[in-house]
Amino acid sequence: MKSVEVENIVKTYATKKSKVIAVDDVSFSVDEGEIFGLIGPDGAGKTSIFRILTTLLIADSGSAKVLDYDVVKNYKEIRDIVGYMPGRFSLYQDLTVEENLKFFATIFNTTIEDNYDLVADIYKQLEPFKTRRAGKLSGGMKQKLALSCALIHKPKILFLDEPTTGVDPVSRKEFWEMLKRLKAQGITILVSTPYMDEAKLCDRIALMQNGKILKIDQPQNIVNQFGQNLYAVHSENMFKLLTDLRLFPNSQSCFAFGQNHHLTFKTETNGTHELEKYLNNQGHSNTTIKKIEPEIEDCFMQLMNFPHQKELIV
Amino acid sequence: MKNEIVIKTEKLTKKFGDFIAANEITFEVYKGEIFGFLGANGAGKTTAMKMLIGISKPSYGNAQIGGFDIYKQTEQIKKSIGYMSQKFSLYEDLTIRENIQLFGGIYGLSNKQIEKKGNELIDKLQLHDEADKLVVSLPLGWKQKLAFSIAILHEPKIVFLDEPTGGVDPITRRQFWDMIYEAAHHGITVFVTTHYMDEAEYCDRVSIMVDGVITALDSPKNLKEQYKANSMNEVFVTLARGAKRGE
Repeated sequence: MKSVEVENIVKTYATKKSKVIAVDDVSFSVDEGEIFGLIGPDGAGKTSIFRILTTLLIADSGSAKVLDYDVVKNYKEIRDIVGYMPGRFSLYQDLTVEENLKFFATIFNTTIEDNYDLVADIYKQLEPFKTRRAGKLSGGMKQKLALSCALIHKPKILFLDEPTTGVDPVSRKEFWEMLKRLKAQGITILVSTPYMDEAKLCDRIALMQNGKILKIDQPQNIVNQFGQNLYAVHSENMFKLLTDLRLFPNSQSCFAFGQNHHLTFKTETNGTHELEKYLNNQGHSNTTIKKIEPEIEDCFMQLMNFPHQKELIV
Repeated sequence: MKNEIVIKTEKLTKKFGDFIAANEITFEVYKGEIFGFLGANGAGKTTAMKMLIGISKPSYGNAQIGGFDIYKQTEQIKKSIGYMSQKFSLYEDLTIRENIQLFGGIYGLSNKQIEKKGNELIDKLQLHDEADKLVVSLPLGWKQKLAFSIAILHEPKIVFLDEPTGGVDPITRRQFWDMIYEAAHHGITVFVTTHYMDEAEYCDRVSIMVDGVITALDSPKNLKEQYKANSMNEVFVTLARGAKRGE
């Protein structure tokens, strides 16, 4: 049995003037015990999918099942077995940390004590503040409390909608370590994120943009399917280098990528040799050109159907 | 570039009761520089930024923004800076042109200037077909690029960008940085916060705040050498891991 099965889901939102297609014929499935990531920018359709799977929103067409329960017919059963952490903080701001957790335990007919072992790891960090109102918590602590509340009824599947958005790199790392420990306890996790570097922490991912899935696979398989050599280029003057690389006739794509620029050639023959010569002529010093393995972000940009690509050529 | 100082702070401090949100922050930013203002959640970045743009009074310490004093000349400061954030940038129920008129007016431009600069902006972003549409109908990436262009419409000395690229797709994020480079090239100082560590690499200099204190400030290259790290992400993790006050 699949934990989640989504088939040809379409969801549109109509406004006075126009219709927006939020989810455009999306299909995927999540295996039991898997961490499955929906990776994409705002507007990709991630939240709509989460809301459909957690029975809070009804799709226009298509079908979806969570642990074999239909999201429309069996919504009550689904609500008992899933934990949902929405993108926006949605706990009771004027209840304390402990009251919030107790409340969520109670509405699921359980107690904090019954399932304490599941949340202990996360909740321990909050216990010193358990009498503080949730509204007065800092961002990172709110996030930990929200996760504890989503876990307290021991769900079979966790739905986490952008749990790390706006969170600093250290806290993001810690959060993913928590997810790994939950996975080890047998919980299936569907998680969304706009941060491409988190993709490799998932077992499988769906890259999404504008309501469509661009690709579904294991992160490493997606990287392997890049299908082109990718080069990291560096020189003393990185800003000039970006402009020069974009003007190089054999450049196919060139993007700034942290401390290097990432480049693909139109033709490989003599590629690096010609480029070296060209950059020398342009007055670059300490130039390095290194063949590298693509990251998920490289793959995402390659797959993106981007209407304004022409602007990148300066 | 190093000649003219546009931001100068001395022991700038903000306390909320016993809690010291920003603790004796001292730094300088130069004209035309891209200055990355990094820190963990809760490190005090927002508090510091609010003092710099003149909307929060420090507990003690001094600062000059574009040569103006943050205690006595907050109105002049507001005229010489631009500001945009991920959370608030434009009025969604106004059209693109109306947003340009509104912000142009707030920043003190004449109607003639607004018209001229507004048209230039629409040309540059190729938004002719969208100019009279509501901002709400624009994709996020376009909104952010437009918001940045409007934030520098009045040619401020400094533009403050608070996580401008959050949630934006990877290509638009890079186009956004093209615009940042261009603004800096024209002498506008860019003061930017981000959680994307690849973007920290694009800054001329970067400061990292931990628990209310600036614990590191240098060029990305020097910081990587100093902390024997391969990337700014490693530098950040090394410094911020020691943070006591978790957000």
